[in-house]
This record gives sequence, C-alpha cells and structure tokens, in this order.
Amino acid sequence: MSEPVGRNTAGTGGPGTTLLGAAAWLSLATTVVLGWRLPPTREQGPYARLIAIHPPLAWAAYLAFGVCAVASALWLWKRTRAPRWDRLAASSAEIGVVFCALTLVTGSIWGRPTWGVWWTWDARLTSTALLLALFLGYLALRRVAYDPEARARRSAVAALIAVADVPIVHFSVDWWRTLHQGRSLAQISPQSDLDGSYVSVMLLGFCAMTLVYAWLVVHRCRVEAMEEALESEGLDIALEERRAEADVVRAGV
Amino acid sequence: MWRDAMLVAGKDLRIEARSRVATNQVAPFAIVILVLFGFALDPDRGVLGRASAGLFWVAVLLSSLLAVQRSFAVEAGDGAADGLRLSGLDPAGVFLGKAAAVAAQLALLQVVLAIGIVVLYDADLGGPVLLVATCAAATVGLAAAGTVYGVLAAGLKVRETLLPLLLLPVVAPVLLSATRAWEAGMGISVDDGWRWAQLLAVFAVVYVTLGVLAFGALLEES
Repeated sequence: MSEPVGRNTAGTGGPGTTLLGAAAWLSLATTVVLGWRLPPTREQGPYARLIAIHPPLAWAAYLAFGVCAVASALWLWKRTRAPRWDRLAASSAEIGVVFCALTLVTGSIWGRPTWGVWWTWDARLTSTALLLALFLGYLALRRVAYDPEARARRSAVAALIAVADVPIVHFSVDWWRTLHQGRSLAQISPQSDLDGSYVSVMLLGFCAMTLVYAWLVVHRCRVEAMEEALESEGLDIALEERRAEADVVRAGV
Repeated sequence: MWRDAMLVAGKDLRIEARSRVATNQVAPFAIVILVLFGFALDPDRGVLGRASAGLFWVAVLLSSLLAVQRSFAVEAGDGAADGLRLSGLDPAGVFLGKAAAVAAQLALLQVVLAIGIVVLYDADLGGPVLLVATCAAATVGLAAAGTVYGVLAAGLKVRETLLPLLLLPVVAPVLLSATRAWEAGMGISVDDGWRWAQLLAVFAVVYVTLGVLAFGALLEES
C-alpha cells in the first residue's frame, strides 16, 4: 500500500510537544529523585516515600476522567460539536484508566506494609476501583467497530452517565465504610507525621503528573486523528484501485 | 409522552405474557442462583440467613441483566427497531415505557425471590414498609439504568458481553444501598435503612432523568 500523505504523517510531535515532554520528564525525574531521598518515617518506614507519586497519580486519573466528561459534553452540545472533542474524550479516558490502575497498584504496594493487606474495603479504594471499572466499560464500548459519528454519540452519552454515577458511588461507599469501620483511613494516613519536605515533593509530583498527562493526551489525540485520516485515505485508495481495475477490464474488452 | 409510555409498556408486557420468557426462564434462573448460593456458602442456615439480603440483591442484579437484554432482543428482530423509530412515538415515552415494563418484571421477580429466601435461607422479612420502599426505589433505578445501557449496547454485535461490563459497575451502588437497607429492615444490622432508601431514590431520579434526556439520540441511530 502506498504511503498515506498528509501534514501529520511525520509523527505526533512538534516543537510545543517536545518542550512539554521535556518538562514532563524532567519534573517527573526530579520528583522520583527527591522522593527517593525523603527520610523514612517512624510509622511506615521507606514506604512513606510513595507519597511522591501515589496521590499525584490519583489526581491525574481524576483530571483525565474530568476532561473526558467535559469533552463528551462539548461533543454532545450541538454548537461546539467537533470530532476533536470525541478524540480528546477517547484519549483522556484511555490515559485516565492507566493512571487509575497505577493509583490502585501503588496504593496496594503502600497498603501491604502499612495495613498488612494488599486490599482493604476502604471507601476511597472501593470507589476508585469502581471508577476504573466504569471507564473500562467506556473503553470497551469505544472498541466496538461502528460508524464514527454513532460511536462518538454513544461514547459521549456513556461517559456522561458513567460520570453521573460517581457522586452516588462516592456517597454509598463512604456511608458503608464509615458506618461499619471504626478506624478510618484518615487516622492512619501518613499526613500526621509528615514534615515540609514530604509536602513539597508531593506538590512537585502533582505538577509532574499533570504535565505527563498533558503530554500524553496531546500525542494520543494526534494518533487518533492520524488513524482516522488513514482510514479515510485507505478507503480512497481502495476506491481508486477498483476503478483502475475496471479501466483495465474495459481496455481489454 | 405518558400515553406513549403506556403503549410501549403494554406492548412489552404483552410480549412477555405471551412468550413466557420471563416466567419460564428468568424467574427459574433467579431461583437457580439462590440454590447455587446455598451450595457455595455453608448450608448451615446461620451464614445464609445473615447474607440473605445481599444474596437476594445479587440475584436481582443478575436477573435484571437478562430482563434488559430481553427487552432489547424483542426489538432486534423483524425490523421492530425501525418500526419503533418510525412510529412517531415520543422517545422519552419509549424510554419510560420500556423501563416500566422491565421494572414490572423485576418487581414480580423480587416477589419470587423474597419467597425464595424465606423458604431456602430461613430469612426473616420483618419491617415490610422499609423493604417494599427499598424495592420500589431500587427497581426504578435498575430498570432506568438498564434501559439506558440496553439501548446503548443495542445493535452492536458484542452486546451480550458488553452490557454486563457497562451496567454492573454503574448499578453497584444500588446493590450496596439496597442490601444495607434490607439488612436494616430485616433486623440484621442497626443501620438507618431509610437513608439508604433515599440514596436509592436519588439514583432512580438521576437515571430516569438521564434516560428521558438521552434516549432520543440513542434510539435514532441504534
């Protein structure tokens, strides 16, 4: 097949994204190095250092799902309807699922030495896991081969009805655990014995994860646009090939 | 809108009454689930009795998947979906009608399951007002959310596998709240059961509203 032509075929990068990527990786590397050097705490030992990445990962996941919901609403609203909002919603949800899964994994690694278990039915853990399941369903819906316009509509509605569930999940899980569990997570949270260095590394982590998210989402959106362009170009090429075959047959006759 | 809803609900319930899928397949399936729980958990009645509220609602949730799939399977054949689109019925009415038909089936199913847990698990259904209120709110919520996701997955080749993945995480709060409310109603826990029933009512209102708003757009292209 011939090479697809178009302005975006060189790659998904540009001067802006290179700068963004450099900032993202630099801040992430700094967070990791500084996080590694944090002093171990009395209660949690070295595991308290996970604070440099675990809350920022959770923040990035929520940010990504929030962007997905806003982009879906913008697609559904007729005045702002444009394919780019659908692409943004899709990209953001994908990255959000990765961040959300990493949040659960790092939380689990943190929970094992701190609480003695990999998983506990804590309110926040449970609602984060449900959030992950909601958006895995959203991505599964997107994977179904369908007309792009119909897929965009179904996905946008699915994203919004999934997001409408988040506060209900939050309340139900919160009541459930606070009614049944004497000691809440807040009491054994690491914040109680943290000094300023922990807080500043965590804040740096928040900035780093936000930049990483932004960098990833820009690239993912562009990949999505290229895929769409390739698909429509592939159709054009196929049409031309069939026409050429017809010409050959006609010439032969 | 209400007249259209009545028409659609009447049509769906008539189909169910004549085909007897709900009575001959879905209800026995729910009872099978109850029996399977009996095998999985210790048949020592103490365990089953304490867990009966949760098991009841898990059985309702799994059966509601079948009811929702069935509700859209009847539209899949013979160009029924096109007929529905061309009928000129208000999409909001179609949504309310389909949801009402699912809700009616779920309500009947809950009666069967309630008898099932009393007989099989020796459950004590004290506090009937709270139990019935919980059932009403949870049924409306389940039927509304199920109908929204049913039309979302309708017409897709993978709908049978996609629907549970989409629907179950969304209705997880219903399982949680209804179970807590029932435990309170049955005297298993000392929770304030009405608070849970209120949360179920909020869920029902949210998903009925979303369904009324979104169904038209989804019905057109499904």
